[in-house]
Amino acid sequence: MSDKVRHVVCPYCGCLCDDILVELDEGKITGVENACTLGAHKFLSDSENRLKGPIMRDGSGWKDISYEDAIDYVVDLLSKADRPILYGWSGCATETQAIGAHLAELIGGVIDSTTSVCHGPSILAIQEVGHPGCTLGQVKNRADTIIYWGSNPIEAHPRHLSRYTNYADAYFFHNAFRERQVIVVDTRKTPSTEIATEFVLVKPGGDYHVLSALRAILRGRADVVPDIVAGVAKPQLIRIVEICKKTNFGAMFFGVGITMTGGKYKNIRNAIEFVDELNRYTKWTISPMRGHSNVYGSNEVFTWISGYPYAVDYSRGIAFYNPGETTVVDILARGEADAALIMASDPGAHFPRICSENLAKIPTILFDPYPSVTTHLCTLQIPSAVNGIDAAGTAYRMDGIPIRTHKFLDNTGYPTDTTLLKQIYDRIREAKENA
Amino acid sequence: MHELLIRNAYVIDPINGILGEIMDIPIRDGRVVDKVSEKSDLIDALGYLTLPGGIDSHTHVCGTKVNFGRYMSPEDMRAGRTSRRGVMYPTSGYTVPTTFGNSYRYSRMGYTTLLEGAMAPLEARHTHEEFAATPMQDMLANTLFDGNWSLFEAVGDNDVKQAAAVIGWTLKAVKGFGIKLTNPGGTEAWGFGDDISGLDETVPNWDITPKQIIDTTIRACELLHLPHSVHLHCNNLGMPGNYKTTLDTMEIPSDMNRDRQTLYLTHVQFHSYGGHTWGDIRSEADKIAASVNNKPHIVIDMGQVMFGRTMTMTADGPMEFRLYTLHHNKWSNHDVELETGSGIIPVYYNRQSLVNSVMWAIGLELALMVKNPWQCLLTTDNPNGAPFVKYPEIIGLLMSNRYRNKELESVHRHINKRTILSSLERELSFEDIAIMTRSGQTKALGLINEGKGHLGEDARADIAIFPVKPDDIDPSKQYEEVIGAFQQTLYTIKDGIVVSRNGEVVTGILNRTFWSKPDLPDDMDVMQSSRFIEKFSRFYSVDLENYAVQDEYVERGVAIDSKVV
Repeated sequence: MSDKVRHVVCPYCGCLCDDILVELDEGKITGVENACTLGAHKFLSDSENRLKGPIMRDGSGWKDISYEDAIDYVVDLLSKADRPILYGWSGCATETQAIGAHLAELIGGVIDSTTSVCHGPSILAIQEVGHPGCTLGQVKNRADTIIYWGSNPIEAHPRHLSRYTNYADAYFFHNAFRERQVIVVDTRKTPSTEIATEFVLVKPGGDYHVLSALRAILRGRADVVPDIVAGVAKPQLIRIVEICKKTNFGAMFFGVGITMTGGKYKNIRNAIEFVDELNRYTKWTISPMRGHSNVYGSNEVFTWISGYPYAVDYSRGIAFYNPGETTVVDILARGEADAALIMASDPGAHFPRICSENLAKIPTILFDPYPSVTTHLCTLQIPSAVNGIDAAGTAYRMDGIPIRTHKFLDNTGYPTDTTLLKQIYDRIREAKENA
Repeated sequence: MHELLIRNAYVIDPINGILGEIMDIPIRDGRVVDKVSEKSDLIDALGYLTLPGGIDSHTHVCGTKVNFGRYMSPEDMRAGRTSRRGVMYPTSGYTVPTTFGNSYRYSRMGYTTLLEGAMAPLEARHTHEEFAATPMQDMLANTLFDGNWSLFEAVGDNDVKQAAAVIGWTLKAVKGFGIKLTNPGGTEAWGFGDDISGLDETVPNWDITPKQIIDTTIRACELLHLPHSVHLHCNNLGMPGNYKTTLDTMEIPSDMNRDRQTLYLTHVQFHSYGGHTWGDIRSEADKIAASVNNKPHIVIDMGQVMFGRTMTMTADGPMEFRLYTLHHNKWSNHDVELETGSGIIPVYYNRQSLVNSVMWAIGLELALMVKNPWQCLLTTDNPNGAPFVKYPEIIGLLMSNRYRNKELESVHRHINKRTILSSLERELSFEDIAIMTRSGQTKALGLINEGKGHLGEDARADIAIFPVKPDDIDPSKQYEEVIGAFQQTLYTIKDGIVVSRNGEVVTGILNRTFWSKPDLPDDMDVMQSSRFIEKFSRFYSVDLENYAVQDEYVERGVAIDSKVV
């Protein structure tokens, strides 16, 4: 029997498109409409890729174990660890993330999300100078100038342009696409630079200089700007400032192309202060292109529970935050951690080599429905229901809008990570209270 | 069955006309009852001041912008951290504490009910998620309509019924409590970087004025018979000379409701400024108070400023940008499509600053010059004027002329040229304070029938016992003892359970969320309106089918029914 489910929320990236149509046949996903390639792949390849149940390292191979035994192992490991790290979280629902934050507090561990290897620097900049932003619908209805800086939406967030920016329907334009202009700033040509009305090619590492030059021009000090700044000719810089000033509503989006290059958070601070300054002339906003579907949710939840968006260290009994010290990458690089719980993420594929080596040396538990690079580093992997397919929960879109994902597959037999983590939390807490 | 008997309580319960009697309060299963059995638990209140649980009718504690205030301020998180103690989780933050930090500190001060002042409908789930993590208080969310396009269309058509249909549907969809208008029209104008400066100015791109928005919304609110009135943050917040806008705003409604006010004006201190610039700013609190004194259908809250550091946060995006251009401090902004805006910046209120001193004096002047305490409630617009932990000091200032005069000596020396605070000798009583911190709130919010804010039979047993004996103290002289008493209860009781004892939260409990559920007849069903539906298919960035807040977010929700008449 085939079935169509509408208005499904895609759990892949921070766009959280909520207009997906999924076709089901006998409890399997057979078709997907409206999603981009990345999202469609997430749905269509889901069932064939999942682990059947928990697997435990056994000599040089693996053995199947029960969920009960797996949970016993986790409870025992986390109860005894001196410096446990709880990392990932960006594919989990906020309900799971909340339990994670409380679990970290209970065991005196460190909780951190994938933020620390993507937009962590953006948050550091925001903590210095704030964040003039808006929801994506505000951009869609009003923006006549859009800047993508160090991001390649066509490949990384394929529907960002059609749902929220250049190609989206707009209240304040008759023919939005023709009335908008798109400026793309990058160090190389990408598919996204092809659609730009203005492409700014910056020499690698030159973003800070270019932003500084734009700010100087905006403040009437073009005289101090050299003829070429990081490969960009001064007339183009002047032209961009003029475009930005004449705009009715401008929106800048930035990606890891400037958060993770030289200058890091100072690049973002410079971009934010450029936007602050533009607001003295007209309306401008700036927003990070968040990657994972619910990475922003992890920042939100950790903040209302602990006070800090990521890299929270509970080892002193209070919430302590010092990125560079309490970020999981740094803790692993220093070889400090003695146990790791990795939730729905793949540090093995993204961390520096030294961190992966140290992760492989300590007992590492991976909660992930699918095998990944991190599988090869871990001691125990526990598959759980996928948020947005066979589990429902809250996810925060890249602009902060909370959306509830749908559970449209029943009877897959997988427990949710919320249930499993709650069991772990309750058992450790009970043991502590009875100790 | 759980029974509790509080004996020898010095009760002030203005809703029930009890003004300082020594009496017993029997409680069964969370409600005040006629009597309990001999096996009940006992608390001897020893003649200490006993009030219904505190209610904050305007505070910012949960939701998108509150959390962004935390997110952008690790320096503030470090300023207020505590480690786990008993059932209490660790907390962080001083001006914008974590949810548990807010909840424990309010509980310690005897508060059992909080109204979050501003929830954007599109981001309602966030507010409800944080409500669930604010366990010691029952929660309510005022819902923002100041830039709502569907409401604007109804206002443009002068169609009160359609406005009510939009508001009713939205409150039910997002599990909101009351209607909040923040700088009506101004937040929409801010979408393109503009603002509104007068009640009769046309909102850009919309052929309507703030006055029309306010008037239509008030009529729609009364048509829906919502428990609370329209809750208004006036236009021109924080602008010298804005008292005229505030006075004009108060002229808009007539008296339309027998049980409560018709219009609630919030943080009026920020709206009572005379002069033309920051250089000649002066208090016009006397004119505002005189107007309130003539209008029994209006209730205000103070929005008191206290000196020190705090965080300003409001849906009023353009106002926050103006503050940014003054302070050059870090600035965040977050416009919400088709609905509203918001902004945040940290500020420091300095007693050496004449402007800040005038602001401080105005809040007190309002409370002392509004004759009827039911019409002027105690708030700081937490954390905008000050963090709520400053409430006890405000109580001290209102109860003691001596304390005010002492403070007046330490503020800017020109204060007496710009305000008349030093000439006001009124000292408020414990009864006045009870009204301004709980009884007035339950009446203004329409929660008396929900058993909130009073101790009559069948009321919810939310009770605060403070370490002060009103007959044995002269607050005028012993204001420091009064302040200490209101900082920390002997007992805070919620639903008949002792939740806080001598400043320590002793029990983990689950709270509830009150939301409004007006029953809408078929001819007020917005789902029949293609114009309404089109907003979602074309202009919102979220599908209509994914907009409404699911029941999972209000597991312990209490729907307050109302009928269109």
